[in-house]
Amino acid sequence: MSGSGPLNVFDIAGRAMSAQLVRLNATASNMANAGNVTGSAAEAYRAIKPVFQSVTDSPGVSTVKVQNVVTTNAQPTKRHDPNHPLADKNGDVWEAAVDSSAELVDMIETARMYQNNVQVLNTAKSLMLETIRIGK
Amino acid sequence: MSLEDGLFGIHGKALALRSQRLSLLASNIANASTPGYKARDIDFESALKEATTQQGKSAADVSRAVDDTMGYRVPLQPSLDGNTVELSTEQTLFAENAVKYRTTLSFLEGRINTITRALKGE
Repeated sequence: MSGSGPLNVFDIAGRAMSAQLVRLNATASNMANAGNVTGSAAEAYRAIKPVFQSVTDSPGVSTVKVQNVVTTNAQPTKRHDPNHPLADKNGDVWEAAVDSSAELVDMIETARMYQNNVQVLNTAKSLMLETIRIGK
Repeated sequence: MSLEDGLFGIHGKALALRSQRLSLLASNIANASTPGYKARDIDFESALKEATTQQGKSAADVSRAVDDTMGYRVPLQPSLDGNTVELSTEQTLFAENAVKYRTTLSFLEGRINTITRALKGE
């Protein structure tokens, strides 16, 4: 555990938001490199994906963290384009292994998950504020 | 029966349980995209019954009642990655729990007002 003491609702939602942000950054990197062309299969960009893992404090109370960011083993597409300046001796170039439509779908899902966590945080915040005002 | 129980009746423990359930539901929502995560929740009614019938320290009673009544959510439509969080369910329950937390708070507020007025003799 990084923090001291038990996980509260702010830790849970806050760390989930950080994890979703990592995912959004990965999607942004993939989208930025979609359509990039290189002269060999080894150099071609391959999509990266974060791996989520839940971090449990006490039973049932858990948040999420990014275990690591992996490079997918999707293969870059070979395209025959002899006029391309990067083309190899056979006249082939390789396009980055990024599925743009899947990335867009992932981006929307990430945004929704982030919003859900913001909503949780806001609700919890207002409940806590109402609780400390009790009896005044 | 402790002083707190005499003053606030069932509402003190109800508030503690509501707060615990808030964390549980927040955990489920936070893990909505974690593969293999199993959503958990408590049966509030039996947890409250257990917490109020036991004698002793209140904090220990509440956490024991939470542990005893916790279960795994049965998904309406299981997903391939083993995650059993269904956002529609979790969000509805989260909202419901928040409203009920506020309700309990207003009950407590009422008790506190009554006692304050009795003490002041207005």
